[in-house]
Amino acid sequence: MSKSNFTRRGLLKTGAVTGAGLALPTIFTSGAAAFTNEPTGDTVTFGFNVPQTGPYADEGLDELRAQELAIEHLNGMGDGGMLNTFSSKVLDGTGVLGKKAAFVTGDTQTKSDAARASAKSMIEKDGVVMINGGSSSGVAVAVQGLCQEAGIIFMAGLTHSNDTTGKDRKANGFRHFFNAYMSGAALAPVLKNAYGTDRRAYHLTADYTWGWTQQESIQSATEALGWETVNNVMTPVGAGDFSSYITPVLNSGADVLILNHYGGDMINSLTQAVQFGLRDAEANGKNFEIVVPLYSELMAAGAGENIKGVYGSMNWNWQLQDEGTQAFVKSFGEKYGRPPSNSAHTCYVQTLLYADAVTRAGSFAPCAVAEALEGFEFDGLGNGPTLYRAEDHQCFKDVLVMKGAENPTTEYDTLEIVEQTPVDQVMYEPNHPMFGGDEASLGSCNDGA
Amino acid sequence: MKMLGLSKKDTTFLLIVIALTLLTPILLQPFPASSTLAQFNAGYPDLMQRFAIFGIFAIGFNILFGLTGYLSFGHAAFLGVGSYSVVWMYKLLGYNVVPGLILAIIVSALFALLIGFVSLRRSGIYFSILTLAFAQMCYNLAYSVLTPLTNGETGLQVYTNDAQVLMGENSPTSPHFFGIVMNESATWNVGGWQFVFNNGYYFTAIIAILVFYLSLRIFRSPFGLMLRAIKTNQTRLNYTGINTRPYTLAAFVISGMYAGLAGGLMASMDPLAGAERMQWTASGEVVLMVILGGAGTLMGPILGAGFIKYFENIFSKINDQVLHGWFAFLPDGLENFLIGVSHFFVGKSWHLTLGLLFMLVVIFLPGGLVEGGQRIANAFRKRKSGGDDAETEAQPSAAE
Repeated sequence: MSKSNFTRRGLLKTGAVTGAGLALPTIFTSGAAAFTNEPTGDTVTFGFNVPQTGPYADEGLDELRAQELAIEHLNGMGDGGMLNTFSSKVLDGTGVLGKKAAFVTGDTQTKSDAARASAKSMIEKDGVVMINGGSSSGVAVAVQGLCQEAGIIFMAGLTHSNDTTGKDRKANGFRHFFNAYMSGAALAPVLKNAYGTDRRAYHLTADYTWGWTQQESIQSATEALGWETVNNVMTPVGAGDFSSYITPVLNSGADVLILNHYGGDMINSLTQAVQFGLRDAEANGKNFEIVVPLYSELMAAGAGENIKGVYGSMNWNWQLQDEGTQAFVKSFGEKYGRPPSNSAHTCYVQTLLYADAVTRAGSFAPCAVAEALEGFEFDGLGNGPTLYRAEDHQCFKDVLVMKGAENPTTEYDTLEIVEQTPVDQVMYEPNHPMFGGDEASLGSCNDGA
Repeated sequence: MKMLGLSKKDTTFLLIVIALTLLTPILLQPFPASSTLAQFNAGYPDLMQRFAIFGIFAIGFNILFGLTGYLSFGHAAFLGVGSYSVVWMYKLLGYNVVPGLILAIIVSALFALLIGFVSLRRSGIYFSILTLAFAQMCYNLAYSVLTPLTNGETGLQVYTNDAQVLMGENSPTSPHFFGIVMNESATWNVGGWQFVFNNGYYFTAIIAILVFYLSLRIFRSPFGLMLRAIKTNQTRLNYTGINTRPYTLAAFVISGMYAGLAGGLMASMDPLAGAERMQWTASGEVVLMVILGGAGTLMGPILGAGFIKYFENIFSKINDQVLHGWFAFLPDGLENFLIGVSHFFVGKSWHLTLGLLFMLVVIFLPGGLVEGGQRIANAFRKRKSGGDDAETEAQPSAAE
């Protein structure tokens, strides 16, 4: 057998060292920072937490491009992009509050757990003061909760579920992107003009939080027009094959199919619906129609020809003609050789909005930043006049109704803008029943340790 | 010296493990905070907690896979069940983790009993597929069917209007162990180094040591011997008149309880339970951990768990910007070439690096990292004592 050098002396030594090790935490207490990760050096670090692997990796990559661009513009590199058109003029390209802006990146993998792990490492290891990005409502809600507990600001990326600023709203979390309720409110009048008031809708819905809130929103908006809802069928996420869900649609008495799907699911279900001849079919004496309430450039590119003439909604599109959009598309295009996506835009804007709020507040302390963002009205960031509402930290601005282009000239203009729905039409009360009702509350803001 | 019913060698081994575990915050922080190599430091609370928690998960999995050879592809289900139990206890009772952890172990034991009872009627690949099917069933139930219980894809969270009947006025508002708040830490700055001693880490570490001791006892017990006999030749055992099923079921339930405890601890560190914790990828991950570290060894699973979590959290964060920082001193052409090459192995491509390492380990070190350690130790020992001492093991392992 082996010869062990284990002695009483050795044990005493080990014991003493272990004891000392255990006692250490009580001797050395944490420094007296005013808030979590107070930046003390000459740089301030932002955390860009986006999906780099998994189903939304392409969108994550585009978000990252936009965030890098935002950092460049904040530090005075490049042409300044939307800083030139932003209505608030406190950002002058010298960093944020005199500190150079830096960033770290993480991979959310489009999973709440992985996203929280990556966000935690940014907070605990890299000392970030703000986390931005993401491409899923589940992830956004999870990371928002984490930032609330840790005492830093969360600037949500692409998240469309009502819950993010509804029942799961948090004092430290802010959303610039629009939501499912707004999609419904913006789409309804367009659908009424295009398809009339006497329609019967059949919903296929992704079976999770985002799908439900969107289905609920669209159903209530279309029923207000006088449409009838024939059926709502839940489909598993990532099903791949939707043929068994689409077959019954034609004989159900419905004449509109609403696809509450996103990403790859939407590409598959739309493609299959078109292959099954739904677009060419007639029901109740009318042409059969398909609606995809939430569009993204990526999905449009994936669905190809099938998307022609299909209505949907977006937060922003690069084809808009206002000054801010043009400035952003120009500097993004010059750097990366392609127009930015919807999700890239929201992440870019969120980063600028955060930096602007910090500068106006004169502090990185989350509560001061939150106060500066609450009720903030701005313009020049591509969506027209916008309000960051204080009650639920949701941005209110015009919503775009889109349609699959009939004759796209490049791979980037597969969608065309049908209408810019004015903000008044998509406004709702903070205690709207779809947003958690009276029970939903932001809680109080948290500065952390 | 013998202690706690362990042999001399095991006692030493246990003490080494205890020392390593308690000193983790220092050992994982080898580079000063300001150096460029600080990127590789892993001594921050969240990752250390993950090391301990996935260590527990892997130790438990190893009791089933390492000893009986039954390869379960559904252990993530217990992990998820454990997490949901703990968060529900937060919602109903309050933020003390103890009731939740107890419930997590009980509930995961019941689940394991049920799943094991059905699945263990088959062995080999059929057993693996059955467990996989059960786990995916649990995942889908949690994701979209039982949403009132699990809150679906968003994950179960604590809301301000939850009952929390045991919450006093001054109770902490985040998970705690009788007042010791998990996410509080003490920081120790020495020279350029910064060491973080986190309550949550020490809580999980102490539990990890306890369950490690338990698994050590199981490995050395007649019960453990019986499990190993099942792995070696189950048919022969059956012919000698021994009914092996109670033993395998017991092993399955024990490892399920370990997984439930690990899941519970995850929710104790971070009060959220998501359905993807039950996905098959999570089940596969623990299999990788055990095989990478060394199946059937005591230390292997812990090493494997640490290895994979380190890659997931450290390598995935090395982006092109960081690479530029490292290679900036090189001439431009060379710099871009090196970045182009490294690009495929770090950042979002960390899976590739891990996959390559996994292949290398499986091909050249079938016994996992533990075998690698033993080979190195033996090589040194041979050199020192002239090669006559090769029998001595570096670590007491239950080699197959």
